[in-house]
Amino acid sequence: MLRVEGLSKQFGGLHAVRDCSFTIEEGTITGLIGPNGAGKTTTFNMIAGELAPTSGRIIYQGEDIAGLPTHQMFHRGIVRTFQIPHEFGKMTVLENLMVVPPAQPGEHIFNNWINPRAVRAREEEVRDKAETALEFLSISHLRDERAGNLSGGQKKLLELGRTMMTDAKLVLLDEPGAGVNPTLVLKIIDMIAQLKAERGYTFCIIEHDMDLIASLCDPVIVLAEGTVLTEGTMGEVRSNPEVLDAYLGGGEEDDE
Amino acid sequence: MDAFYGYMLYGISLATMGGIYAVLTLGLNVQWGFTGLFNAGIAGFFGIGAYTTAILTTAPTHRHLGGYEMPYVVGFLAAMLLCGIIAYLVGKVCLRLRSDYLAIATIGIAEIFRLILKNETWATNGPRGVSEIPKPFEHWPEPWNQFAFLALVLVIVAIVYVLVEVARKSPWGRVMTAIRENEPSAKAAGKNVEVFRMEGFVIGCMIMALAGALMAHYLKFVDPNATDPLLATFLVWVMLIVGGSANNKGAILGAFLMWVVWSATEIVTSRLPDELAIRAAYIRIFLIGLMLQIFLQKFPQGILPEKRPTVPKSNRNSETV
Ligand SMILES: Nc1ncnc2c1ncn2[C@@H]1O[C@H](COP(=O)(O)OP(=O)(O)OP(=O)(O)O)[C@@H](O)[C@H]1O
Ligand SMILES: [Mg+2]
Repeated sequence: MLRVEGLSKQFGGLHAVRDCSFTIEEGTITGLIGPNGAGKTTTFNMIAGELAPTSGRIIYQGEDIAGLPTHQMFHRGIVRTFQIPHEFGKMTVLENLMVVPPAQPGEHIFNNWINPRAVRAREEEVRDKAETALEFLSISHLRDERAGNLSGGQKKLLELGRTMMTDAKLVLLDEPGAGVNPTLVLKIIDMIAQLKAERGYTFCIIEHDMDLIASLCDPVIVLAEGTVLTEGTMGEVRSNPEVLDAYLGGGEEDDE
Repeated sequence: MDAFYGYMLYGISLATMGGIYAVLTLGLNVQWGFTGLFNAGIAGFFGIGAYTTAILTTAPTHRHLGGYEMPYVVGFLAAMLLCGIIAYLVGKVCLRLRSDYLAIATIGIAEIFRLILKNETWATNGPRGVSEIPKPFEHWPEPWNQFAFLALVLVIVAIVYVLVEVARKSPWGRVMTAIRENEPSAKAAGKNVEVFRMEGFVIGCMIMALAGALMAHYLKFVDPNATDPLLATFLVWVMLIVGGSANNKGAILGAFLMWVVWSATEIVTSRLPDELAIRAAYIRIFLIGLMLQIFLQKFPQGILPEKRPTVPKSNRNSETV
């Protein structure tokens, strides 16, 4: 479904991602792990169009999409969440979801003045969809709360909810379990599995919680210092001594 | 009785100016309140609106371009249209800039407009300005002409308010708010941020032009001082911040309130001893700054803070519960 070839990103002298190549097969939940600063989020940012690669190709459904703007990636079915929740703080939780669906007639300002009926009809559909998503996430009670007032874990759920508001094909989740209590992580695991089964999403998940990765992801890709270190099932990856080294090495750097 | 008549006329003029400022403030609200665009060159767009209608509606003269003696409606629409086009061109260049740079760029652009209005004498009559601009209802007897003009201004305020408030609550306004709140996330939700920003900027500038046109007809005169950044930019910002950014009722309230306060400062400064009176202009600005501080202490979000619309629950739910 998506193939990354020789992808690199340089920030000044820093090679955040270098010559990175891997494939995400349709219908899988692919894990993307690696120590802090390995370049995982940067890779997502390039696939989602937020950053243009310094070099390399991103082949999605047979087309090189590297460097396209984010909104075009979205319309091709690539939807992402953020490591640090990016909620619309002053908007209500419901609005945070309602803003997502594409091609709403009311997004054209003139339609609101000259064709309010069509706008209202679509608004009801969008609202129902958003309420369904809130029920799925079991946060219906937060419907009219300002999103900025939610707790960290609730914001993570809201991030996940936004991916449910469109006909996504490839969903990129950046640490869906970070800062979330263990019980909720289990629930999030169930939700991801359910979304894959019911909606046929393909997932790519960045995560440091190895339980989440182990219970969902196959294959798992390990990034270290911007390149792919190894790839395989969780069992294979775990028993690879290089992986352990990379994590320990990364840890040392963090202490500096 | 005479005193009463005088107060009444003064009241009408306060309300008329307040109304014109309300239109301006609504324009700024679309840009800053809805979208988070820092336009620090309001005066420029206000000035373009004022001059456009002035040149189009005055009787023929050799002093400046035109006059073409066109109907008011043409003057108003042309002012808005021209400003919309200019805003589009400015936006093409400036909207990609980060918000603080946008502020600097718009200050510069407003200053350029001001120099053009001052120096292109063949078109604008330079510093002497455009006079004898027709005023709606001016042939009606006093004070009915004043009342009628006030009514016109208030009707326009009401129309702009309704249009802008509908837009704010609509899916369009929702996208604008999302862009203001978190741009990367709005992009990740598939919104073409550049296009939406441009819409907010252009619509806001067109509303500012409408205010400028109203002012030109109201005063029957416009000169480059109309683009004074103090009166046409700074004061408008104060009005929006005091009234409540992103709240259209707040914008209108702030405009009327701060116009009254601004006018009241004149009364204060006119009683100052002579040596201070020359400095009256600074003192008025100082007083406005002080008022802004006081209001912000009491109302950090403005008097009427932003309130996002709550969407009514669907019947679907109440059936299942
Ligand atoms: N916009 C940026 N400008 C400069 N350097 C950046 C930028 N974004 C990331 N980096 C650098 O690139 C490297 C990779 O960062 P990235 O966020 O991709 O790591 P990560 O694998 O997601 O780590 P973590 O697990 O901590 O989230 C880091 O050294 C980081 O400092
Ligand atoms: Mg990261």
